Amino acid sequence: MGAIGGCFLFLVLIAVFAAIWAIWRYNNLISLKYQVANAWKQIDVQLKRRHDLIPNLIAAVKGEMQFEQDTLEKVIAARNSAVAARGVAETAEKENVLTQTLGRLFALAENYPALKANESVRTLMEELTSTENKVGFARQYYNDVATRFNTAQNVFPDSFIAQAFKFQPVELYQITEPAEREVPKVDLNIRPQ
Amino acid sequence: MPGTNLFEQQKRNLRRTAVILTGFVAFLVFLGIGSDFFLYGSGAGPGFPIATLGALLFGAGSSLWALKAGDRAVLDSANAVPIDPTDPRQRLLDNVIEEMAIAGGIPKPAVYLIPDPDPNAFATGSGPERSSVAVTAGLLDALNREELQAVVSHEMAHVKNYDVRLMTVVAALVGSVLLISDWGRRGIGWGGGRRRNGRGSGGGIVLLLFFVLWILSLLLAPLIARLVAMAVSREREYLADASGSELTRNPLALASALEKIDAAVAPTPSIKQGVAHLCIADPRGAVKEGEGGIAGLFATHPPISKRIALLKEMAYRG
Repeated sequence: MGAIGGCFLFLVLIAVFAAIWAIWRYNNLISLKYQVANAWKQIDVQLKRRHDLIPNLIAAVKGEMQFEQDTLEKVIAARNSAVAARGVAETAEKENVLTQTLGRLFALAENYPALKANESVRTLMEELTSTENKVGFARQYYNDVATRFNTAQNVFPDSFIAQAFKFQPVELYQITEPAEREVPKVDLNIRPQ
Repeated sequence: MPGTNLFEQQKRNLRRTAVILTGFVAFLVFLGIGSDFFLYGSGAGPGFPIATLGALLFGAGSSLWALKAGDRAVLDSANAVPIDPTDPRQRLLDNVIEEMAIAGGIPKPAVYLIPDPDPNAFATGSGPERSSVAVTAGLLDALNREELQAVVSHEMAHVKNYDVRLMTVVAALVGSVLLISDWGRRGIGWGGGRRRNGRGSGGGIVLLLFFVLWILSLLLAPLIARLVAMAVSREREYLADASGSELTRNPLALASALEKIDAAVAPTPSIKQGVAHLCIADPRGAVKEGEGGIAGLFATHPPISKRIALLKEMAYRG
C-alpha cells in the first residue's frame, strides 16, 4: 500500500468517525426534544387536575364565604380563561393569574374557622395545595429540561448538528408579573354591617 | 468543603465515588492475582486465574440477586405497610412523594409507612423504574409539610442517583473481598510457599515485596473493605442532601428537618442496620461530633451537624 492508499484510508477513517459522532449528537438532541415534550405534558396533566378541582372547592366554600363573592367570581373567571389558554407563553400568563387569585382565596379562607373545621373543605384545600406544588415542580422540571435542550443546541460543535437539522430552541415557562395585579383597596368608611 | 454550590458539590461527590469504586475493584483484583500467583500459579507463566475470576463472579452473582429481590426483603424486615390514603396525614405524605417524583422527572415510588415512633425514612429498589420510599410514623408526626418534602427529596435523590444499586454493588464487593481473603489465608496454611522454591535471585526481591504486600492486604482486607464501604456511604449521603435540595430548591427545610431528627436521639429499632446507608439518618442514632474519630470512620452517615452546616451554606450561595 503506497502513500496515496494510506492517505485514502486515513480520510475514510476520519469520515467514519465524523459520521458516528454526528449520529451520536443528533440522537442526544432528539432524546432531549422528547424529554421536553414529555415534561410539558406533565405540566398539562397537573393544570388539568387543578382546573377540575376548583369548581369543587368553590361549591364547598360558597355557603360560608358569601361575603367574598367578588373573590370567588375572580377565581372562576381566572380558571375559565386558563382553561382556554393555548401555547407556552399564554398558558404561563393565565395560569399565573389563577395562582394569584387562588392564593387570595386561601388567605381569606383563614378568616373562616368553620371552613377550617370542615373535613371535605380541608381535604380539597390539601389537594389543591399539593396540585399547586405539582404545577410548580412540573414547571421547574420543564424549565430544567428545556434549558438543557437549548444549551445542547448552542454549544460548540453540537451547534452544527442543531443547525443542519433545524432544531429550534423552546420557550421557557416564565412567571411574569401580570399587569392587572391586585392592588389592595382600603375603604375607611364606617358602615353598619 | 468551602466555596461550593450545589452543582459543584454534586460533581465532586460523583468523582470521589468513582475513584473509590475503582480502587475497590483494583484491590479485589490485586488480592485475586496474588492468590493465583502464590497459591495456584505454575512456573511456566500465569495459570488460569481461578481465585480472581471466582471472587469477581461471586460479587456479580450476589449483587444480581440482591437487586432482584432485595427491596421486598428490606421492606418486610422493617414491618413497612402500604399507606392508607383515607388518613389525612398519610394522604399528605402520598401527595408530597408525588410532588417530588414530578420535580425529579421520575415515576412515583411506592409509599410505605413504618409503625415506629422514632423519626426516620429510607428508600429502596433497583432504580427509578422500581422504587419504594418508607417513612416512620414518628417522622410523619414530627415534621411540617416543607420538612417532610425535604426528607422525601433526600430519599428521592438516593433513588435518582442509583444509590441503591451502587450500595448493593459495594456490599457485594465487600463480600467478595472477605471471601477471597479468607480463601487466601487458608491457602497459606496448607499450600503456601511451594511456589517460591527454585526461583532465580533476579526477580527475588520484587517477588518478596509483592508477597509481603499481598499477605498484609490479605490480613487487613476485611477491615479495609468495611472502611471503604462506609466512606462511599457517607459520600452518597452528602450527594443525596445536595441533589435532594436541587429538587426542592430549599436546603434550609432539610436542615431544619435534620435538626428535628437529631433531637430525637433514640435509635430506630424497626430499621435493620443493613439498610442504614439508605436512611435519612443512621438508625442506630447518629455519630455526634467529628468525622475523624474511630466511630466516624465506621459510620454510614456523616455527622448531622456537618450536614446541616453544608445545607445552610448551600442556601446562602444558591
